[in-house]
Amino acid sequence: MSTAASVMARVPERHAVSARRRARERTMQALVALSAVGAAALLVIILGYVIVRGAPALNLAFFTERPLPFGVEGGGVGPALVGTVILSLLAGVIAIPIGIASAIFVTEFRSGRLAPAVRFAAELIAGLPSIVVGVFVWAFLVRGIIGHYAALAGAIALAIIMIPIVARTVEEVLRLVPQSLREAGLALGAPRWRVVLSIVVPTARAGIATAVVLAVARAAGETAPLLLTALGNLFFSTDLLKPVSALPLQIYQYAASPYDDWHTKAWGSSLVLVGVIALLSLALRLAIRRGAR
Amino acid sequence: MTSRTADRTFAVGVTALALLVPLTLAAITLLVVLDSLPSIQRFGLSFLLTSTWDPVHAAFGAGAYLFGTLVTTAIAIALATPVAVGAAIYLTEYAPRAIRGPLAFLIELLAYIPSIVYGLWGLFVLVPLFRSEIDPFLQRTVGQVPIIGALFSGSIVGTDLLMGGVILAVMVLPLLVAVTREVLLAVPPAQREGMIGLGATRWEAIAGAVLPYARVGIIGAVVLAVARAFGETMAVTLVAGNSSTTVGPSLFTPGYTMASAIANQFTEASDPLHFSALVEIALVLLVVALVINTGARLLIRRVASGPQGLVL
Repeated sequence: MSTAASVMARVPERHAVSARRRARERTMQALVALSAVGAAALLVIILGYVIVRGAPALNLAFFTERPLPFGVEGGGVGPALVGTVILSLLAGVIAIPIGIASAIFVTEFRSGRLAPAVRFAAELIAGLPSIVVGVFVWAFLVRGIIGHYAALAGAIALAIIMIPIVARTVEEVLRLVPQSLREAGLALGAPRWRVVLSIVVPTARAGIATAVVLAVARAAGETAPLLLTALGNLFFSTDLLKPVSALPLQIYQYAASPYDDWHTKAWGSSLVLVGVIALLSLALRLAIRRGAR
Repeated sequence: MTSRTADRTFAVGVTALALLVPLTLAAITLLVVLDSLPSIQRFGLSFLLTSTWDPVHAAFGAGAYLFGTLVTTAIAIALATPVAVGAAIYLTEYAPRAIRGPLAFLIELLAYIPSIVYGLWGLFVLVPLFRSEIDPFLQRTVGQVPIIGALFSGSIVGTDLLMGGVILAVMVLPLLVAVTREVLLAVPPAQREGMIGLGATRWEAIAGAVLPYARVGIIGAVVLAVARAFGETMAVTLVAGNSSTTVGPSLFTPGYTMASAIANQFTEASDPLHFSALVEIALVLLVVALVINTGARLLIRRVASGPQGLVL
């Protein structure tokens, strides 16, 4: 054991800690504390900028109006806001059942050889760059099945990003459900599906809610795959087969422009996006908590 | 419906939905490979080694994009790793219980800030700061050192490879902290107790017994962060310049990453070969992500699950 030997070599004969060692202890402690506080401070700084620079852009019209050409007074993020809500909800509707089902498949149907494959595939999809998912959905739907840029394609791209998040988080939660609960259910004569749907899933509902929140929050902020699928739209659209705007796309458009006024609008849109993500998380959590009673 | 058929139906339904996950992965891989074939056949290996990107003359080499991606990723890892490991050490070894949770939570929340918001912050806050203060300072000091100085030579524009790396560093930080923290938590307390029992200070116990034990896991965390940085698109697209197709030593050169190339050119690629070349870039990103994630997860699992071996 080389480590043990080196440890022994470093221990002084008398057990008093020398000033030099004590100084090093303090320095290192200060350095690691600084790293942690610095990392946390980044969050505060970034959110601070978003709030301070974004707030001046906000007024009622900003939420309701569509983006207007430069030089025209007003203009906002109305279509983008609607688009983000549509895309996130639709993506959620697609991704949540698939994610939860694959988690159930992995934890409750452990016998087969397929369970590890499903789990591994979920991990690999989670690791894919979102732009690659965008390229895939473009080739599959925008060029293929649908034939043009569409909200539906964007939602499916977001769903592909959400599925592994839901699957992996729910899986962890389902594993926490005590085995004795399943056994109790089965002992009472309940069929398997009943045990899973009426005992295991409800027991894990708080964790499942968190998984859904994480996934929706992550999807709502995605930009790259939407560039290749939902494309963006300067007008209000609720047609799933037409291009649709989304807040991240709107931020990109405003930020990449040369106009100061649009830069302020980009900060404003960011504030709205961060607010939407926070509100969405809060609302989902409350809804699930209420439903649980 | 008897409970037996109900059970069967349930099992079939769950299995069908679950199998969509590996099917999706297979479909992604298949389609991306198929669409890159024209470009692969036309350019072969030179695609990654040359850096002529000329849609007009249908000559495509993604070397400069690959270079931009590698450089920004390297900067990100170099900047983020020490901070993340330090933060993880503080959170697991030193932080008082009362602030441990809130601090970890704040760092975790960094992962939920959308990429585009990082990009916006980078473009309008960091870029001006680097252009007027930090870049000139680096050029005056480190820039004068022979050899290394070349990294900080040239004119300063602000939106460059260095900036891309800096914003990526911030973005991979939460992932690095989270995984490193998990790895450190998996180090058995006996490791620390042994050294402290021998008279070591806490730092000596960390450096001598905790970090060596966790080393493989931390490497796994870094590799995962590499994968994340490699494919990150929007923030880098906003701050890294997107103009240069030259490969040079200066970090002050405006750069272009593979992911940014796709994001910027995909919807405008009318020529089939241009399109195929962009998809081949996506294929490179896909392969790198698959290889790295498989490897890193095996590494981390080996550490986190201890000597029992790995259960996939």
